[in-house]
Amino acid sequence: MHILYFAHIRETLGLAEETINCNANTVGLLLAELSQRGALWKEMLEDNTRLQISVNQTLAKRNTRITDSDEIAFFPPVTGG
Amino acid sequence: MVSVQREDFNIQAEIDALVQGHRGIGAVVSFIGLVRDLHSGESLTNMTLEHYPGMTEKALVEIEAQARIRWELTGVTIIHRVGLLAPCEQIVLVVTASAHRQAAFESAAFIMDYLKSRAPFWKKETLSSGQAQWVDAKETDEQAICRWQNT
Repeated sequence: MHILYFAHIRETLGLAEETINCNANTVGLLLAELSQRGALWKEMLEDNTRLQISVNQTLAKRNTRITDSDEIAFFPPVTGG
Repeated sequence: MVSVQREDFNIQAEIDALVQGHRGIGAVVSFIGLVRDLHSGESLTNMTLEHYPGMTEKALVEIEAQARIRWELTGVTIIHRVGLLAPCEQIVLVVTASAHRQAAFESAAFIMDYLKSRAPFWKKETLSSGQAQWVDAKETDEQAICRWQNT
């Protein structure tokens, strides 16, 4: 699956995007797996109560189901306009 | 019409393009968002607009579609700029055209409220002190959506 990171999450983790093989079938499980990379990942992702999520460019939640061919993005609350 | 672009826009040209060739238009409403030159009293040097290519356009197309379901509109134009912008530059344009003013006014407000809360853009400000910071989303923006959810 293809994962994208935006704004201060991208800056803090030092990564704009990556492609991984993952067995997680929900966003929540994916967050748990990514958060195992370290404290900073856990803070930015799993423990981040303001985290916004999209799956295939549609807003999603932690219980949204995902598959290995999906594009998932993690970002802070939006500030356009 | 939806566009996410680096280039500046010309409001009169956009209004002309929206109105030309259409009959029955009695009202045109436009909103322009600008880069404010002050942040808590401190001068802004510049602002960077980051976005999620693909999802940004998709979100704006969906917002326009929702506006057209709620109101009878002859035309809608949404332009949002991205990249590096200077203070007082134009960021966003919303133009709505309708037979009567209520639909044009309300749909323009609806589009801006939803854009502020749902369209994946993020602003980073560089202040005159040299400090750079990501703009925080405001609770009032999320609350602005509420007034449309009971109508």
